[in-house]
Amino acid sequence: MNAAKIREKVAFAVLGLITLLVVIPIMLTILYVVKNGAGAISWEFLTQSPRNGMKEGGIFPAIIGTIILIIGTMLCSLPLGILSAIYLVEYAKDNFFTRLIKLSVVNLSGIPSIVYGLFGFTLFVMLLRCGTSILAGSLTLAIMSLPVIITAAKEALESVPFSFREISLSLGASKWQTVRYCVLPYAIPGILTGTVLSLSRAAGETAPILFTVAAFYLPRLPRSIFDQVMALPYHLYVISTQVPNMPAKLSFATGLVLIALVFLMNLVSIILRAHYRKKKQW
Amino acid sequence: MHKRISEYFIETCIKLSGLVVIIFVVSIFLFLLKDSLSLFGIYNFRDFLFGKSWLPISEPAKFGVVPLFLGSLYVTIGAIVICVPLGVGSAMFIAEVAPAYLKHVLKSLVEILAAIPSVVLGFIGIVWMGPFLRNALNLNTGMCGLTGSLLLAFMALPTVISISEDALIGVPKTFKEAAFGLGATRWQTLWRIVLPSASSGIIAAVMLGVGRVIGETMVVMMVTGNSPVIPKSLLQPLRTMTATIAGEMGETVSGSEHYFALFAVGLILFIITFIINFIADICLRRARR
Repeated sequence: MNAAKIREKVAFAVLGLITLLVVIPIMLTILYVVKNGAGAISWEFLTQSPRNGMKEGGIFPAIIGTIILIIGTMLCSLPLGILSAIYLVEYAKDNFFTRLIKLSVVNLSGIPSIVYGLFGFTLFVMLLRCGTSILAGSLTLAIMSLPVIITAAKEALESVPFSFREISLSLGASKWQTVRYCVLPYAIPGILTGTVLSLSRAAGETAPILFTVAAFYLPRLPRSIFDQVMALPYHLYVISTQVPNMPAKLSFATGLVLIALVFLMNLVSIILRAHYRKKKQW
Repeated sequence: MHKRISEYFIETCIKLSGLVVIIFVVSIFLFLLKDSLSLFGIYNFRDFLFGKSWLPISEPAKFGVVPLFLGSLYVTIGAIVICVPLGVGSAMFIAEVAPAYLKHVLKSLVEILAAIPSVVLGFIGIVWMGPFLRNALNLNTGMCGLTGSLLLAFMALPTVISISEDALIGVPKTFKEAAFGLGATRWQTLWRIVLPSASSGIIAAVMLGVGRVIGETMVVMMVTGNSPVIPKSLLQPLRTMTATIAGEMGETVSGSEHYFALFAVGLILFIITFIINFIADICLRRARR
């Protein structure tokens, strides 16, 4: 074996080692949370309110709150995201204005989540007088997830073959009819995949909901979109930093439920993607 | 005729929604700017930008952003120094060395990491990593900059890995074939041909990683000890710009000096991340060419 071959072996071994250094902590993190949290998960934990200053009882209101926020975020961001993507792919000409939109999408995705929190607070909570409410929180999370949804929708629309549009247009269909009946149906699965993924990220976010919707503790479930809600990530933050003598078991279990929820959404998106690939016929 | 009108309506909606993204970016900037300017009406701009102490509730209050900026800078540098070698190294392994089945497993694991909410990592920092580092390094407290850097490095890995990997895979096959044809080994090809050709994409990956780390709020708020003093090293408690906004916003009176000061900190964050993303975008565009 010559020197170059030996150097290759060593270099690849080092790269493998680096990869192990990345991968092992990931597995350990998940195992750590599962091992410490699984014991505290029970039917009672999932279906009851916290009691005795969060130290007993369950996290039901936080789970419901997070689910409400996910739905609210989706209702606000999905239509807007799809329409923007349709504009970019089907209508926009390649000019300065379009480049400006694309640059805005890039920058929107890079804005720190806490800045979204500030923006949501001034615009929705104060200026539009929504108060700290589900509405304000959902809108804030929606703006935050918009760039991811637009990017996913754009990719999905672009992956529909150009010939579909040509044939539809040549048969006398209008631009919108073409988009509506010959492009969008084939892009929907891809759009949904990206949307679920971005919603799973929104579900785990804490900073944007700090001042826009999250409540420390609520005795009852919300009745309207102008109520506050508890949310899983904020609940985990509160019980791990602001409640003295909190039983660690319950914090771990809350973290586990949050991770499980996010993974479940990721799984849905993976299944959607797989299903879509199988059905694809071009 | 009915069809025409509805079609006109929906196409107008589509065109307007193209505008929406620009409107959001501009209005986020304007809202931050408006409240920051309110601060500079009552508080000296120079004292804010170069002031060495952040004492929002003392009399008179001081809003010097330097300690917070340095807090963010220290934590970010620490995180990037840890994250980049690990991230680029494993991207090289995944893209060029690992066999197909292993590639799939590794990529799924990285996606799993990307999905873990930051608040969960912050919690792990409090219950495990902080105490561990305190004992291992014999510190006064485990809630310090280093704990934050380590966790943030971990959080930024998926961004760095996936974008670097895309950049490495995007290098034209002919480059590699030419190198192999001249008798280069796989490692020589990877190190001297593929890596330099992918450099713009890898720089973009690093920039986006930096953006991710600077903007992260919950982890740093939970584990860095929340002490707004000028940090001397990563081994002491400090506080970042993001954590200051998140931690103090709830206590301020709307319209007070303190309230406006937090928006001014937000504006600085916005400008920094804007520049970082702009550079990353330019690099990515160059990489695609």
